[in-house]
Amino acid sequence: MSNADSRQIVDAAGVAEAVAKLAGILSAALRNRGSVFLAGVPTRGVTLAARLQKALELAGMQVACGAVDISMHRDDLGLRSGVQPLRGTELPLDLENWSIVIVDDVQQTGRTARAAMEAVLAFGRPKRIFYAVLADRGGRELPVRPDFTALELPVPTQARLRVRLAENDGGEEGIFQS
Amino acid sequence: MTWTRKDLLTLSELSAEEISFILDTAAEFKGVGKRRLKKVPSLRGKTLVNLFVEASTRTRTSFELAAVRLSADVVNITATTSSLAKGESLKDTAKNLEALAADLIVLRHSAAGAPQFLAERLHAGVINAGDGSHEHPTQGLLDVFTMREHLGSIAGLKVGIVGDIRFSRVARSNIWALQKLGAEVVLIGPPTLVPREFERVGARISHDLDEVLGELDVVNLLRIQHERQKAGYFPGTGEYAALFGLSAARAEKLKPGALVMHPGPIHRGVELDGSVADGPHSVILDQVTNGLAVRMAVLYLCASVPPEDIS
Repeated sequence: MSNADSRQIVDAAGVAEAVAKLAGILSAALRNRGSVFLAGVPTRGVTLAARLQKALELAGMQVACGAVDISMHRDDLGLRSGVQPLRGTELPLDLENWSIVIVDDVQQTGRTARAAMEAVLAFGRPKRIFYAVLADRGGRELPVRPDFTALELPVPTQARLRVRLAENDGGEEGIFQS
Repeated sequence: MTWTRKDLLTLSELSAEEISFILDTAAEFKGVGKRRLKKVPSLRGKTLVNLFVEASTRTRTSFELAAVRLSADVVNITATTSSLAKGESLKDTAKNLEALAADLIVLRHSAAGAPQFLAERLHAGVINAGDGSHEHPTQGLLDVFTMREHLGSIAGLKVGIVGDIRFSRVARSNIWALQKLGAEVVLIGPPTLVPREFERVGARISHDLDEVLGELDVVNLLRIQHERQKAGYFPGTGEYAALFGLSAARAEKLKPGALVMHPGPIHRGVELDGSVADGPHSVILDQVTNGLAVRMAVLYLCASVPPEDIS
């Protein structure tokens, strides 16, 4: 990590365990509930959705996976620096036949979940929308809570929490606080 | 890359990276037109003013629809219905618009540099929708977007622009964008409309369409304006069509997969034959669709810059 004040609070094995735990929770809750689609929020949510898909497959549960880009649905355009490049959204065409699980790495304010729900609904009317996160750090600004969470990591609002995944960040995996 | 421009005034001042960033953003916005809800809330609560001091239907409509699809509120002002016709200066008109809290102003004006003039004086973002013979940046962007969509990459392409280059803001914006992205530009037309000075910006000049047609990956035909004929730049539309019109017979010489483009409105039988406009090489209607996506991208990016980051 470039930031000297950053410390690892979950190690690589902990991340792998958390993904396995989240897959277990999803499997218990959604098995035999019809078609399930994991929609990752770019960038790390997409990686996590793919990992969860693989874990569920090993557990004998077939799910599809893709992405939901929230950029066009954010509520802070013109308020923060450095607009991000838009990333693709990949959802099933027959959305009304699917349960959508929005997947993200960390939940804090609830604004991402709000934007992601709105983005999904712009494409159609899914049967249900669920929300799954690897870690819940607290600090809600909207009344939105995840349905499925692997880790509860309460940290102060001003702290920065970063999930590092091999596919996106290289190097050592983990969750880092600064 | 970080986008830091509140205005889009010219393509000549943009880097290749900035142009590509707009095109990539536009590719995502094109997808919005295929959704169940063809509208996103990005510019909710923002006000866009279409200030068209020079007549235009398609560009204004395209900007209006782009803004609506981004959930902005839109006000249209045209020269004949505004106080500009009563002698109010452009600056005063703009100041009034800003007093009404306009966030973005899309300006079409007969004077080159008018958008720059406003942009330097206003907090609102200013988008150039065509200024005199200077530039028409969103047209240049939608043209390269269409080429990239069909041909994969701009680098290495040979693009012919045919017609009234001398007075064309479309040609100028195309030349800048194409050269920055690595294409070779060939300007084609009579010597009166394709002056040699354009060689200085690195373009190749030809006064013989038949000689170069078979080499081109893209043929972009510009609209011929009757005012130019009256002013003696070419003898008549018949002669122009015979020498520089893309007739069905001439189109036989096109490379397989070559694109035929036109910014519209087309004059069938003058710049090109109807059968060519409707034929397999033509991407003229794709240009219209892509114009909307490109304008959504430009409005989105210019509105995304917080005041403290404006460069």
